[in-house]
Amino acid sequence: MNTAVDRTGREAGTPYQGPLLDVRDLHVEFVTRDGVARAVNGVNYSVRAGETLAVLGESGSGKSVTAQAVMGILDMPPARIPRGEIRFRGRDMLKMGKDERRRIRGRKIAMIFQDALSALNPVLSVGFQLGEMFRAHHGVSRAEARTKAVELMERVRIPAAKERVNDYPHQFSGGMRQRIMIAMALALEPDLIIADEPTTALDVTVQAQVMDLLAELQAEYNMGLILITHDLGVVADVADKIAVMYAGRIVETAPVHELYARPAHPYTRGLLDSIPRLDQKGQELYAIKGLPPNLLRIPPGCAFNPRCPRAQDVCRAEVPELFPVAEDDGTPLEGRRSACFFWKETLHDR
Amino acid sequence: MGSYVLRRVLQMIPVFFGTTLLIFVMVYTLPGDPVTALFGEKAADPAVVASIKHKYFLDQPLWKQYLHYMGNLFQGDFGTSFTGRPVSDIMAGAFPVTIRLALLAFVFEMILGLALGMLSGLRRGSVQDTLVLVLTLMVISIPVFVLAYIAQTVFATNLGWVTPTVQDSYDLSQLVLPAVVLGSLSLAYVARLTRTSIGENLRADYMRTAVAKGLPRRTIVLRHLLRNSLIPVITFLGTDLGALMGGAIVTEGIFNVQGIGNVLYRAINTKEGPTVVGIVTVLVIIYLVASLLVDLLYAVLDPRIRYA
Repeated sequence: MNTAVDRTGREAGTPYQGPLLDVRDLHVEFVTRDGVARAVNGVNYSVRAGETLAVLGESGSGKSVTAQAVMGILDMPPARIPRGEIRFRGRDMLKMGKDERRRIRGRKIAMIFQDALSALNPVLSVGFQLGEMFRAHHGVSRAEARTKAVELMERVRIPAAKERVNDYPHQFSGGMRQRIMIAMALALEPDLIIADEPTTALDVTVQAQVMDLLAELQAEYNMGLILITHDLGVVADVADKIAVMYAGRIVETAPVHELYARPAHPYTRGLLDSIPRLDQKGQELYAIKGLPPNLLRIPPGCAFNPRCPRAQDVCRAEVPELFPVAEDDGTPLEGRRSACFFWKETLHDR
Repeated sequence: MGSYVLRRVLQMIPVFFGTTLLIFVMVYTLPGDPVTALFGEKAADPAVVASIKHKYFLDQPLWKQYLHYMGNLFQGDFGTSFTGRPVSDIMAGAFPVTIRLALLAFVFEMILGLALGMLSGLRRGSVQDTLVLVLTLMVISIPVFVLAYIAQTVFATNLGWVTPTVQDSYDLSQLVLPAVVLGSLSLAYVARLTRTSIGENLRADYMRTAVAKGLPRRTIVLRHLLRNSLIPVITFLGTDLGALMGGAIVTEGIFNVQGIGNVLYRAINTKEGPTVVGIVTVLVIIYLVASLLVDLLYAVLDPRIRYA
């Protein structure tokens, strides 16, 4: 076992060997005027200390809603969690009281949002917003919080941190603002960070810098990281494993490089084929036909069947479970699962 | 920030001269002769009329009158009313009353308006939210004189807590009821504005961040939500304070409050040119200063404006 698990074990009083975060059969629904939108339909995933899980999916796939449920920041109502467990170090957070839950937020599990300009409070200085973490959780003085804020800003390599600590979010560039978001998440050295599309709002050159910084800090603090994205390019270098989501379900999980090399689900295949490639110059771009399903009316059977080139009758009748994926000779592929009745055929597709 | 203040102050100059000129022209081109009116039913001696007119510069062209008036004004002389009493004397009697009335109304609308707005804004769709919406809509729909008569009937005639009209305009306790009536309309607006603003900010991304930071709910509401939500409300309150200082002709009339509104009303009726112009000039200055303060306050509250 690595050191982080030992550390968590000590803090819990009894040695805890399991994953940091373990989401089991999570269901999230939104009650709307038109009916119940089933945003998350039985998601399972786990993250260990030091591990990076990338959750991939289109908008509406339930990737952000799952993360918000883990974080405990869903607005309930309209959201509700009819079933499932979200275990943090073995304890189901859904059964915790409000106060206990709040003390985990920010301190043990922190979140980085997509658009730092709107996610930061426009009328409070960044130094204040960073220092607030220490004041709320550790009760330090205002002056001490400010000193810590400067340290954090230096930590994420914001130039002239001391001079800029009293500046407001709108006075920073997009990349610097996202660094401040990262600094805020890092403030109390949490065990787990959830980054919801942390680079989507940034320029491509800045994206790489911010991603590198995040990966570096994660390694340094040995944190678990959940990286939510719709951008396959972002995850390739930093993620250990990938979970692909569609219509509120995980349709495929795999170690990152294997998923790229040999997808075992037609949806993943479609996603990979939609990436523009230089050698296809002049050809029309590939796009998965059709649209993601309306969450109020998810089609019966496999939710992807109306758009799937491989769909058979069984796909329209039964919901496929997450089958373990194996080689032709029966050798199981570690960590690989696919929710497709024809995972074997898909694996061989070229 | 410095240049912003300077720019705002310079902008006040043309507004000041424009509005005072306008009111001057309007008052002195009104039909009817105030000097002849002074004699009532009696036939006026043309020689006396001419001498009075000469004394008040009424025999001069309007632009000369205006220049003369402005010249005196900048030496602190508001002129003399046709009754011979200095206009500054008249104002000194009435303004303290109006300032008290306005401040009472302001405190009432601010405290209760903010409280009601927060009560409904934080719990949208709840019973108290619906109640606040219905009550404020009623206040907005009912004309102020109706509200004043209802207040008189209920609190003076039925309950006997107060006298129907104010006996001593300098007595603060007697001004409470007129102040409540005067502030009620703005109270309704403050409550609704606060409610809307809180509703918008509750959905803002930075609120989600504040929750994700694990801050206590108190801190989230007071520091993050209110700080942002109150910016438009404070702007409204600042402008409204300027408006309240202008006196309330209807409310002061009904409750017999000897404030600036009452004096102005009488002055207009008796074509007391110097008094009307003097009072309106002061009101213009009050309003300009109030809106300047609001703009500065706005910049203090919202850093995005401060550095723009």
